[in-house]
Amino acid sequence: MRRFALIALPYAWLLALFLVPFLIVVKISLSDVALSIPPYSPQFSWDEGIGAFLAELDFENFVFLTQDSLYWKAYLSSLFIALVSTVLTLMIGYPVAYGMARASEEWRPTLMMLIILPFWTSFLIRVYAWMGILSQEGFLNQFLLWTGIISTPLTILNTTTAVYIGIVYTYLPFMVLPIYAALDRLDGSLIEAAEDLGCSRLSAFWLVTIPMSRNGIIAGCFLVFIPALGEFVIPSLLGGSGTLMIGKVLWEEFFSNRDWPVASAVAVVLLLILIIPIVLFQRNQQRASEAD
Amino acid sequence: MSRFSWFNAVSLTIGFAFLYIPMIILIIFSFNESKLVTVWAGFSTKWYGELLANEAFLDAAWVTLRVAVFSSTLATILGTAAAYVLIRSGRFFGRTLFSGMIYAPLVMPEVITGLSLLLLFIGIGLERGVLTIVLAHTTFSMCYVSVVVSSRLATFDKSLEEAALDLGCSSAQAFRLVTLPIIAPAVISGWLLAFTLSLDDLVIASFATGPSATTLPIKIFSAVRLGVSPEINALSTIMIAIVTVGVITASLLSKRKLVREREEEFMAARS
Repeated sequence: MRRFALIALPYAWLLALFLVPFLIVVKISLSDVALSIPPYSPQFSWDEGIGAFLAELDFENFVFLTQDSLYWKAYLSSLFIALVSTVLTLMIGYPVAYGMARASEEWRPTLMMLIILPFWTSFLIRVYAWMGILSQEGFLNQFLLWTGIISTPLTILNTTTAVYIGIVYTYLPFMVLPIYAALDRLDGSLIEAAEDLGCSRLSAFWLVTIPMSRNGIIAGCFLVFIPALGEFVIPSLLGGSGTLMIGKVLWEEFFSNRDWPVASAVAVVLLLILIIPIVLFQRNQQRASEAD
Repeated sequence: MSRFSWFNAVSLTIGFAFLYIPMIILIIFSFNESKLVTVWAGFSTKWYGELLANEAFLDAAWVTLRVAVFSSTLATILGTAAAYVLIRSGRFFGRTLFSGMIYAPLVMPEVITGLSLLLLFIGIGLERGVLTIVLAHTTFSMCYVSVVVSSRLATFDKSLEEAALDLGCSSAQAFRLVTLPIIAPAVISGWLLAFTLSLDDLVIASFATGPSATTLPIKIFSAVRLGVSPEINALSTIMIAIVTVGVITASLLSKRKLVREREEEFMAARS
């Protein structure tokens, strides 16, 4: 009996507040927009029966998503932005993780804490911090003008460049931690062996270190790519009107246009796109845990 | 790995400078006299004064704190139960669905979680406010708690529990006297994680709330959309300070505990 309660409580909670809401989204994505409260039809009622209700559902909203270029452009540009920022985060994160793994034992806990600390700090505040730096009269422009590198201030805030900076900055710890974990386990004698056998330092790095930290690299990339794809806060604070990202489109479709069926359809398609990287990520994690 | 080189030193310096300089600038300019956030005009703490006199911010902070305490406590109970079920209960009807529902919210974009919960709340006619934010936050943070706790449960020696049962404990007693003390650190860090996730959340709270309840992130977001303001800098500085003190204290405590355990082991080995 107690075992039953232990299972039933979290199970019922997740069914009611995770699965059912998601089914509602799917259902509304198949409904039509209507001038009523709530603003969609058909509404389900037991009198008319399930058959009549199902007959009124259609894929109109999904067809609409393919016809209006705003949506597929937003999906493509989200994919592109997420991909580029993942590569950038890897290029900055790998040397940091590598440096941490090579630091002396007594330094490592401190370095580890310095990487984790931003993770506990508000995401919103960390994005906000860049608004003062990247604006026209911000610190970056002040600094560059002072050094004489540029003569007129650069426009960075409200462009896609600012979005890249924001994503790399906020997700850097997610990249560093799994790579560090992989490098930390790496047996140093393997690299020595490679060098003894005639590898240069650089080729030992390419032939031994990189392949041995592969699982960490893959995990880090997915941990950046997956959340970056549906990102809302960064494009809305740092990006401009030219930065199309699907999370922002969904938000505006819901709060500004009040078109719930289309917003729901946008959500369903976003999730379908995300299934591929999520499955790949899980397969990588499984392989990594089997390898241990 | 050893052989720390100049390359490592440079990449660490650049990496950590990149992570910390924006926050340091933010903190410095919270003490700026001028309303213009980017021009230094002398030291002043007036923005902290204005912040503390701002009723709307104080109200939002109070709402946020209440939501975070309730939702993280609920999430810890539900998440620990879920972890225990996943690791210890073996097979039961719908197990795959259950573990799927535990892991899915971790990768679900916040906009989708928020949208779906809002549609549910409207569908069942629940008035949106503090209660609905607590429900929403509990749902996603219980999954984080369950991941943290189940990784601890998976590594702990099951025979300890079995020994307690053999020696006459009821299963509830075995859980309270043996299992819980062992997994306590994971439960506590799960609670802390849930607490900060709740404090931090903008997107899900924006969907889940109505006009009656505004959380601090929602308030900050609407202020920040209009541009940079020194009051927000002051607020951010306070929040960063709290987190920093908390994390450093926690790590010092655990370090001291580790040192003490090592000493005890050493003494035990000598005697």
